[in-house]
Amino acid sequence: MSHSRVTDTFVKIGRVALFLARIGGQCLPALRRPRLVIAQIYNAGARSLIIVMLCGLFVGMVLALQGYDLLQRFGSESALGSAAALGLLKELGPVITALLFAGRAGTSLASEIGLMRATDQLNAMEMMAVDPVRHVVVPRFLGGIIAVPLLTAIFDAIGIFGAQLVGVGLVGVESGSFWSQMQSFVTLSDVNQGIIKSLCFGTACSLMAVYEGFHAEPTAEGVGRATTRTVVSSAILTLLLDYMLTAAYLGS
Amino acid sequence: MPDTTAPAATAVVAGEGGPIADVRGVSYSVGGRTIFDGLDLQAHRGEITAVMGPSGTGKTTLLRLLMGAIAPSAGHVAVFGQDIGALDRRGLYALRRRVGMLFQNGALLTDLSVFENVAFPLREHTRLPEPLLRRLVLMKLQAVGLRGAAELNTAALSGGMARRVALARAIVMDPELLIYDEPFVGLDPISLGVILRLIQSLNATLGIASVVVTHDVDDISRIAHRSFLLAGGKVVATGSPAQLRAASVPVVNQFMNGLPDGPVPFHVPAGDYREQLLGGDW
Repeated sequence: MSHSRVTDTFVKIGRVALFLARIGGQCLPALRRPRLVIAQIYNAGARSLIIVMLCGLFVGMVLALQGYDLLQRFGSESALGSAAALGLLKELGPVITALLFAGRAGTSLASEIGLMRATDQLNAMEMMAVDPVRHVVVPRFLGGIIAVPLLTAIFDAIGIFGAQLVGVGLVGVESGSFWSQMQSFVTLSDVNQGIIKSLCFGTACSLMAVYEGFHAEPTAEGVGRATTRTVVSSAILTLLLDYMLTAAYLGS
Repeated sequence: MPDTTAPAATAVVAGEGGPIADVRGVSYSVGGRTIFDGLDLQAHRGEITAVMGPSGTGKTTLLRLLMGAIAPSAGHVAVFGQDIGALDRRGLYALRRRVGMLFQNGALLTDLSVFENVAFPLREHTRLPEPLLRRLVLMKLQAVGLRGAAELNTAALSGGMARRVALARAIVMDPELLIYDEPFVGLDPISLGVILRLIQSLNATLGIASVVVTHDVDDISRIAHRSFLLAGGKVVATGSPAQLRAASVPVVNQFMNGLPDGPVPFHVPAGDYREQLLGGDW
């Protein structure tokens, strides 16, 4: 039996979709006992906080520098506040947070679940008549979906703070125009767009992490490979989804 | 030997006196490789049933068949008189609550303490009040001698202790069938003695059926009531350990006495040795 890479890809997409359906069927029972989900929000979310905050600060600062350089050529450096806020809310915040989440939390989810597979813990649950999808996979999946938009909001807020730090403090945009431009040009739908995006990215990254971990080959190399595949497919999916969502929003 | 020509229906309606686990005419192959070809074996209440065989004879596959994790390509597997193949997921899970299984390395949940590991099946399947649950767990831990280790982390356990915790977890739901997958592998003599005694005493005090899959002939022979020796996808010998030892079948003789060469050859099949060394064309 020889498969081409193309058929392999489609087979995998089908498997992921089936796995998602299996997860979907167990979401309600898992939510009825929120203790596990809350633990995973902490595990995936709170532990990614430092890296997300640091990166948000630097991205905001760079954005202010580059934005100022660009805007002053058109003599509209007072628009820096709105430019930075829109860039962060609609694009950079959701995408970079999702990529950071995949690198920090997604890998640890995949290797954790993969190790549980390799050490027979998932099989043991099966034999104790406990569905490992409900008990292990779904809480981590839901935890990720909830954590990513929250992390994105924090990333955005700190990014805007960083932009203000550099824009107002360093390159000398007037503080009043920085904030008033932001207030008048950023609408609620811009904010919503970012939230929708981060929800989609969070779902994609969490799904890939739990899928790869759950289906890892039960060996040390298998777990390592699953971790790598998690990052690769999360990054590709995030950027692909980002293009599709952006195109849909601008098209409508 | 049971009458293998009996219709499968008789296995399904096994009553009180029937075997707890009944494997009849089971064949199983995966990826073109035949693992079992007409396998028959039974485990009875109150008895320790040993399933032995050389590495790679599919002993672990047999356990997976018994637990319904995989389905046979032919034949029937019945546990408590229920045909495993006919059960849906819900039925299978209901059945598994009556079965305890000890994994080779314990398979303890690493994010839980010893106490919570043993409590895990109770928390998942029952709504017992906390004080009652606590007492039950402590009783099971006492039975395996680890009540003092209740609050330890699983990472702090030795291999033998981990297996005893897993055993406490396997019996916490008061199963009627206990399945052990290679329970003696990698244990020091003391831990091994402890596990042997536990298998024996649990079987006797709980009045259950025990199935022990192992290649450790000497140790299991001390406690087994009935042994099945697998080779080449079939049961090649069955009986008490003494009967097996006296058997004249070459493969049984080789296995029971640990002979390095015989029907299971020492050499992996290869071309002519002399030619390969002197021929020089590789």
